[in-house]
Amino acid sequence: MPFIPHTDNEVREMLDAIGVENIEALFDEIPDSLRIHDVPGVPESLSEMEISRLMHERAGRDGQPACYIGAGAYEHHVPAAVWEITTRGEFYSAYTPYQAEASQGTLQLIYEYQTMMAELTAMDVSNASLYDGATALAEACLMAVRAHRKSKSRRVLVPKSLHPLYRRVTEVIAGTQNLEFVDLPYDPTTGTADLEALRQWQGEDVTAVVVPQPNFFGCLEDGDALTDWAHENGAMVIGVVNPTSLAVLQPPGDWGQAGADIVVGEGQPLGIPLSSGGPYFGVLCCRQKFVRQMPGRLVGRTVDEEGREGFTLTLQPREQHIRRSKATSNICTNQGLMVTAATIYMAMQGAEGLARVAAASHDRTRKLVGLLEDIDGVESVFDGPFFHERVIRLDRAADEVLAGLSERGILGGLSLKEWYPELGEAILVCATETKTDEDLAAYRDALRDVMAENRAA
Amino acid sequence: MLIFEHSREGRRAYAQAPQERPELEDIPKQFRRKSAPGLPSVSELQVVRHYTRLSQLNFSIDTHFYPLGSCTMKYNPRACNQLAMLPGFLSRHPLGPEEHGQGFLACMHELQEMLREVTGMTDVSLTPMAGAQGELAGVAMIKAYHDKRGDHERDEIIVPDAAHGTNPATATMCGLKVREIPTGPDGDVDLDALKEVVGPKTAGIMLTNPSTVGVFDRNIEEIARVVHEAGGLLYYDGANLNAILGKVLPGDMGFDVIHMNLHKTFSTPHGGGGPGAGAIGVSKRLQTFMPGPVVRKEGDRYRWSRADELPDSIGRLSAFMGNAGVLLRAYVYARMLGREGMKRVGEYATLNANYMMERLREAGFALAYPKRRASHEFIITVKRQAKEHGVTANDFAKRLLDHGYHAPTMYFPLLVPECLLIEPTETEAKEEIDGFVDAMASIDAETREDADKVRGAPYTLPVRRLDDVKAAKQLDLVWREGSKAA
Repeated sequence: MPFIPHTDNEVREMLDAIGVENIEALFDEIPDSLRIHDVPGVPESLSEMEISRLMHERAGRDGQPACYIGAGAYEHHVPAAVWEITTRGEFYSAYTPYQAEASQGTLQLIYEYQTMMAELTAMDVSNASLYDGATALAEACLMAVRAHRKSKSRRVLVPKSLHPLYRRVTEVIAGTQNLEFVDLPYDPTTGTADLEALRQWQGEDVTAVVVPQPNFFGCLEDGDALTDWAHENGAMVIGVVNPTSLAVLQPPGDWGQAGADIVVGEGQPLGIPLSSGGPYFGVLCCRQKFVRQMPGRLVGRTVDEEGREGFTLTLQPREQHIRRSKATSNICTNQGLMVTAATIYMAMQGAEGLARVAAASHDRTRKLVGLLEDIDGVESVFDGPFFHERVIRLDRAADEVLAGLSERGILGGLSLKEWYPELGEAILVCATETKTDEDLAAYRDALRDVMAENRAA
Repeated sequence: MLIFEHSREGRRAYAQAPQERPELEDIPKQFRRKSAPGLPSVSELQVVRHYTRLSQLNFSIDTHFYPLGSCTMKYNPRACNQLAMLPGFLSRHPLGPEEHGQGFLACMHELQEMLREVTGMTDVSLTPMAGAQGELAGVAMIKAYHDKRGDHERDEIIVPDAAHGTNPATATMCGLKVREIPTGPDGDVDLDALKEVVGPKTAGIMLTNPSTVGVFDRNIEEIARVVHEAGGLLYYDGANLNAILGKVLPGDMGFDVIHMNLHKTFSTPHGGGGPGAGAIGVSKRLQTFMPGPVVRKEGDRYRWSRADELPDSIGRLSAFMGNAGVLLRAYVYARMLGREGMKRVGEYATLNANYMMERLREAGFALAYPKRRASHEFIITVKRQAKEHGVTANDFAKRLLDHGYHAPTMYFPLLVPECLLIEPTETEAKEEIDGFVDAMASIDAETREDADKVRGAPYTLPVRRLDDVKAAKQLDLVWREGSKAA
């Protein structure tokens, strides 16, 4: 019996102690009409050897194509030690640290994580994580509504240059509470929020403005101007950031005169594998004055009865297990193990290592785009500064070109046709520090070939 | 010592970052960071040693019996982790094409099918990232269902007082009002109270069965009938699915939507607080409302569902497709259990709980529901010890840590005073349970002989009891250079 230790004798002793004949008798309070005796649709048990063989075969079937897709999930080198330590049983198989004295490892690690995130974003505080970047944005919008009592409109301005899937998730999760999300168009030459379009909201009641940095197109928004406009108009600023980029880019806490109020982001680039989209983790940081409006776990440093340093969950009265229907969110479990990995990753890289990862990723993308632009029929869509993604336009069907590249073992980028049809045959490309000069040249050669074939067709 | 206190300027883990730091001259200065963030400057060995040592300060399933009620802390098979972390799975981009994801999608499709089978629901969506998100999806679907029918008056969700805090919190998040109903003296939902609150404003009811008081609600069919007749839907909180796996199907009980905590019943790790996975199952009437994407099979090809296949979908709950890596672990676990193993989960989880309950009763502990069978968990109350000796459930919990046992869940459900909710799970051997009972008996003796000793526990852990009041009043959430825990 997989994972069940009982011997026949023990079962007998236990049943005798309870005073029943057999295990079936323990289910005698369940109405007979509801009892089942089999789950025939479940296949027979596999041994570890058998399931290993099956999983190796399946993982192998998916191949490992060279990936130039970013769009919110990024391939980075993950130091071997990160997951070696993260999957130690003491981290892997522990629960939420409710019993603080028996969970000091997890609690101290989260405190260190909170410190690292506050440093990266230049904000005052961080929580212990949310599910992912998109749900963190949804929670931030709800948090802004709670924190900004003067604003009655529940209106949030959202640039079209925000990740479209973040926008959808935010509408599903925060939309149930009557928030109004208003599109802010992007400037077709720079690919960044159109500051002129903000003018129509001048003097209107706006609860918050979302500032994605870098934005979905990889372009750098004018964080200073957007933040100052928002604050002058009585709105809060929610920054949506890539944490890796913050090693080299101006942190949201420093945007404009006063900095962002709430910062969220996808934590995946910090040592979390792509893994088909999850588990990742959501970053949430804010100004000290909003800390009581934060959703999710928070760890505080305190002392024990003997005055020794120790760590504990704090401000729990915000949470569902205490406040129930009046909680700041329904979130309970977050993404603890991912935070463990990210904390080890950040400690390993340090500020210099992370800046190298960020700068190398920028450099690789800059170089790739330069190579691709040399091909006939390929052009960059936007001017202006970017981080590690770029939109390029092809003079033939993007989907067919991508399919051709995929056959050659290259995922050449993400087609933007569905989300941004106005951009034409556009794809979003990304290269990180994992790509060598040879890799980039191989991509260029493959694209040149595929373009030529498609022209012939 | 914090990792930051090991930091020395100029030190780093050289093997891990790129060899060069390219110039960023094409990014104008106004966009660039002016001073480096305060991350630690430490060597690779320092990182490894620091976090390895931190890990050793934790209790975990791998190191300790962890009978935390309602959390199902069972063994997390190592194979699940290793096989979910095969390079082909780890390197797969979420927006990669289906042709480079057939192996992964096959696993997801088969997991959907197995979960459908063991819950008796019509269809399954794997995307919710935790139980609470599964709840959010479920309540949002219930709301969307009524809205589509033009039934806009239904804005109340009925929740028993024993429910997990996430239930009422979720209802509020979805813009619904919570109507709480009491639990009867025998642990079942108070049917009369239910009949009183149910009506044309009822959107639905959220139930856990077996409930959080550790008993199977014998009136479940009647509850389903009452709620359905009033036009409401039934939501099943799958937190306690482990108790009935292979024994009863939530679909047969009349539930319209359920969430499963795969990190409980399907043994994916709790990870010190996540990631979880809160897959949902639906009845026929809610099938088109499911959150996407789900995996479909056409011939021998797997693909993501198209928008027109879930026309009433509440939408997307994560940027990509939920906690995919957790789902792979659940898949491996389910395949290793297989058809027979599924049934044994419910059987042996129930055997362990009833045995442990009986042993604690013999040892003189008061059971909250002494006339009932335990499900996979049960409640004892130490209100007598609290009254006579001033030793609370919290004191028992802390003293248990000294005995090398993680404490059960304390003070939940809220309706039982000074309670401990105990869930041994099926993967624990008899001698662990016996050892725990002996420890409880010895603490009970200690409350009579030396209550102060119990109230001062723990003594053998890295820290003694922590000052929670100070933690909340003098918030210290972020380390600053030179700061100390004062």
